[in-house]
Amino acid sequence: MGIAAHVLAVNPVPARSQMGSSLGFHIILACFGVAFAAVTMTAEWIGIKRGDAAALLLARRWSKVMAVLVAVGAVSGTVLSYEMGLLWPGLMGRFGAALGLPFSLEGIFFFLEAIFVGVYLYGWDRLPAWAHWWSGMPIVVAGVLGAMSVVAANSWMNSPAGYTLRNGKITSIDPVSVFFNASTPYETAHMVLAAYMVTGFLVAGVYAVGLLRGRRDRYHRLGFAIPFTLAGIAAPLQVMMGDIIARFIAHNQPVKFAAMEYVSRTTRDAPEWLGGILINGHVYFGTAIPAFDSILVGFSPRTKVIGWDTVPPAQRPPLDTLIHLSFDLMVGIGFFLFALAAWQGWWWWFHRRLLVTAWFLVPAALSGVAAVAAMEAGWIVTEVGRQPWVVYRVLLVSNAVTPSSGVPVTLGVMLALYAVLTVVSIGVPMFMSRRWRRGAPAEEEAEQVPYGPSQTYAEVPVAGRSAASGHPGGPEAR
Amino acid sequence: MSPSPDSIAVAAILCVVIAAYALFGGADFGGGIWDLLAGGAERGASPRALIDEAITPVWEANHVWLIFILVLSWTAFPPAFAAVMTALFVPLSLSLLGIVLRGVGFAFRHTAERLRMQQLTGALFAASSLITPFFMGTVIGAVATGQVPVHPHGNVLAAWTSPTAILTGLLFVAACAYVSAVFLVPEARRRGHRDLTRYFALRATAAGVLTGALAGGTFAELSASAPHVFAGLTGIALPLVAVSIAAGIAVLGMLWLRWYHGLVLRATAAIAVATVVFGWGLAQYPYLFPTALTLAAGSAPKASLIGEFVVAGLALLLVAPGFALLYFLQQRRLLTAAETDTDLRLAAQLGPVPPRQPVAVAAPIGTRLTTALVLAVLAIRAIKDVFAPTDRR
Repeated sequence: MGIAAHVLAVNPVPARSQMGSSLGFHIILACFGVAFAAVTMTAEWIGIKRGDAAALLLARRWSKVMAVLVAVGAVSGTVLSYEMGLLWPGLMGRFGAALGLPFSLEGIFFFLEAIFVGVYLYGWDRLPAWAHWWSGMPIVVAGVLGAMSVVAANSWMNSPAGYTLRNGKITSIDPVSVFFNASTPYETAHMVLAAYMVTGFLVAGVYAVGLLRGRRDRYHRLGFAIPFTLAGIAAPLQVMMGDIIARFIAHNQPVKFAAMEYVSRTTRDAPEWLGGILINGHVYFGTAIPAFDSILVGFSPRTKVIGWDTVPPAQRPPLDTLIHLSFDLMVGIGFFLFALAAWQGWWWWFHRRLLVTAWFLVPAALSGVAAVAAMEAGWIVTEVGRQPWVVYRVLLVSNAVTPSSGVPVTLGVMLALYAVLTVVSIGVPMFMSRRWRRGAPAEEEAEQVPYGPSQTYAEVPVAGRSAASGHPGGPEAR
Repeated sequence: MSPSPDSIAVAAILCVVIAAYALFGGADFGGGIWDLLAGGAERGASPRALIDEAITPVWEANHVWLIFILVLSWTAFPPAFAAVMTALFVPLSLSLLGIVLRGVGFAFRHTAERLRMQQLTGALFAASSLITPFFMGTVIGAVATGQVPVHPHGNVLAAWTSPTAILTGLLFVAACAYVSAVFLVPEARRRGHRDLTRYFALRATAAGVLTGALAGGTFAELSASAPHVFAGLTGIALPLVAVSIAAGIAVLGMLWLRWYHGLVLRATAAIAVATVVFGWGLAQYPYLFPTALTLAAGSAPKASLIGEFVVAGLALLLVAPGFALLYFLQQRRLLTAAETDTDLRLAAQLGPVPPRQPVAVAAPIGTRLTTALVLAVLAIRAIKDVFAPTDRR
């Protein structure tokens, strides 16, 4: 046992797996922390402005789902803060002084977010309608700024800047350069857009299923249209952003880029590989577009693309095939989501109606899962592509990992617990929706009747006024 | 080399944040402890409902203090943070386990439909309220006794299993129960629950006496195990210790006289706890790890410390008003917990009066204690099996 523990402790793979899986889990919830408030508030805005009970009902229900997801996200976020130290004392001990700064800022935004989530979630009954709407605004702003701060910490690991090392110890820090390192603008924009896409497409997907099952009422149309619109706006921006970032990486982290695109030797006329598995330096099952990689990097076939032969094997990222296929998957899904959004946008532009054919709704129902897959693939590219470094070209992962022997145990416990957390974060909203659907007939009616502005505002008190004014219930009371 | 003013100031901020966590997080954990001890499903129904109503809307924000503690320590005192995280891997992991279990229990118990499920999640919630403060206490005990090496090569089992560390762990649990009970007394009173006011006043008194006794025991233990901290507590930090004792006695007096003034009672109890935290911080001066790592040697460069100032300033500017708003709205009872757990349908049928919180059905005390016990046994076995052999490589 002792020997086994010792061997395992030397190996950074369990720690890497634990960090990777807890990040991979948390990032999905984090997306909801960043973007779900905006989706909910859009619905609430429509609800208050037009006296639309269906929109208000959606907003109330979404805010409940947000409650569950934010609670789980707060837990998995705490886990990550712990893990930074528990798993990577070598990183935090050496570079905590630099890396900690963006995290500290993130702490503030997270704090604000947590506070106003509390106000927003529990304020439905007794706060005036617009006061309640505004209480959600800090969540939207803090969500975006918080995401930017924490991603800035990750960018710093890709483009370390703003510190002076002497004898392996940091002697001075320039906080502004730490925060605004070379990768920051690219990574933060990419992530915030991704958060809006993941949240929007996932929520829209739920209502796409409802529409497919024949629930074509206003409640389901709005439930689909609001998140899909937000995500659909983000999708084309994300495709553009992705193209810019790929060129930046070719420049800034050429070895990572080489792994992404299978560039084994520095060359002009570099081909663009679509798919393919790399075995012993040979690409199988892939399609190569001649010179296209060079064109993408420098707009000319004569552009020189740097290959991984420029660094010794020990400094190349492992698992090239995983990195390349993840990259291809992310790009492919990005274009798929863009096309889906464009299709709906086209239809809306010319017909002023929601496109609800099954040809559109089936892929739309899957769009959320696809967006999550794309985001996870993107993080795999960023993180595995940076290996074997934890701080790019400064600190090796093997020098950062904890010497404590318990990591395989905590990895196992964590995987088990996160399985439970996954069940919670998917199961609880499902429970809720099931309960909503078998609600009292009166409520069902209220949901399925398409509301006109004139009728509802007079008869249905806006959520939040109900308790104060003494009228029974909110919109769901009818 | 004496520490720079920046280091001292950031260390002071850290102490304030730790004190805040001890109070707010402590009240939160303590709520779980009283939930655990509230008895059978029927008998414990009303105290559980009060705990739920008073703590639910703010529990999230409370736990952000912890994240601040972690972030502040790794930014301002990176070598100390790395050493603690390595040497005390086990108790820290266990306290984290408690936090995760608690979150799971919390998220699920409010939506779980079946009684069985509610009992299980309730038990998880309550048991984890014991685990987390206890192991956090052992971490503090290990640091105070100077048993954390500056360059640890792995887990140091002896550091957090010393009598002082274990006593500190128990002290933390008792202090959480104390803070929470004192917090709940005016809550019950404002809601007009006469019997619950008495109920929690009685428990606050008991927990206060127990906390005082454990504090005394820890103090006595420190004289042998942590001479530097002991000298500090009886020297430079003596006024703070005296204030803490006086405040503690004052709270007991108020409870005995049944003078339940919300603000005064809570503020006095808060002083009793916060002064202990400050006293501990002051007693450690000028060391991060008594007599092994000084504040000066363990501090980050100046710019990082100043960065933390800016963050603290921003926090005051942005977070304090938000926090004040949250507590204001909650105290005015404008935030109702009914939203997350009560069915909308229920609200509709009950009409204008917001429905009372459905009473969380708790597991029988036997189940809850058994769960707590099983978790503790599992934790101890895991430690013995896995961590002990590689204790000192």
